[in-house]
Amino acid sequence: MVELYILLTFMIIGAVIAVVVKDLLSSIVAVGAAGLCVCLAFLVLKAPDLAITQLVVEVLCLVILIRATVRKDLPFSTSGRWVFNTAVTAIFMITFLCISYFALKDLPQFGYPIMKVADIYLKQGLVKTGATNLISAVILDYRAYDTLGEATILFTAVIGVLAIMRKIGRKKPGETEKDQE
Amino acid sequence: MNKRNDDPAGMSLIVKTVARVTTGLILLYGMYIIIHGHVSPGGGFAGGVIVALAFVLLVLAFGKKFTMEKISVSRASLVESLGAIMFLAIALAGFAGGYFFLNFFTNKGEPFRVFSAGIIPLCNIAISLKVAAGLFAIFMILVILESTVKKDK
Repeated sequence: MVELYILLTFMIIGAVIAVVVKDLLSSIVAVGAAGLCVCLAFLVLKAPDLAITQLVVEVLCLVILIRATVRKDLPFSTSGRWVFNTAVTAIFMITFLCISYFALKDLPQFGYPIMKVADIYLKQGLVKTGATNLISAVILDYRAYDTLGEATILFTAVIGVLAIMRKIGRKKPGETEKDQE
Repeated sequence: MNKRNDDPAGMSLIVKTVARVTTGLILLYGMYIIIHGHVSPGGGFAGGVIVALAFVLLVLAFGKKFTMEKISVSRASLVESLGAIMFLAIALAGFAGGYFFLNFFTNKGEPFRVFSAGIIPLCNIAISLKVAAGLFAIFMILVILESTVKKDK
């Protein structure tokens, strides 16, 4: 458990640095450090599938973010109503902590196995699906509907990006302005 | 080969050489993760992202024109749609035995083998096609948009 708390501390430090630091590239590097800590935390909690996914998605997001931010002067406001901003942030944090305290009070202890459904998966998963990786068995056999929804979300995202970022004014040769409307 | 190295687009000679060596290995690793998704940790999503990252490395090292000759955005979009249709077709094929997403292979095969677990490896392949082509298409569109914005200025 000690290594998990060390990783959590690193995560918080990385996130705070990412918010506070002024250089955008340094901020992205700090986000990457926090993401690597999340990946290692998944490994500590014995979830290698999630660790692999977290690592590769983090790398892809960082590449896209670096492509998007480097060599560009993005507007970055450092001045402003910091008293108002700090007050709003503090109020929201306190509200969130209060609600989560009441909401999460009845959850079982961390790591305490209260797995009624997962117990069945663990006992019958290999026999029923034949997959030795039980996570695969759950996401593609028992809970395949959820995976279909996830695939639909990705499909919609790609279609949205293709539609929004297409070249503007792509007209056919004989087309005039009136035909567009 | 020398012509490609001298091409001003993309990064320096060192990056290009390293990218040429590692791209195949990254693709191979992604395919291993996809195909062994039901045996060892990994699966369609993670493997698909790794395959997309191999192509992203090509874009970063050799420039976008070199990569667009190999795989264009419209072709990536086509592969993505094919993955989605393949996944839905596997799901609908379950109706042959009774219900949606039925694992319709009666013989599940031996555990710890690649050819086991019925529809799960097929679903992994379909999802990996979808994820790899979709993420690569998004990345390429962002790169193309950036260059057109620069040209307009």
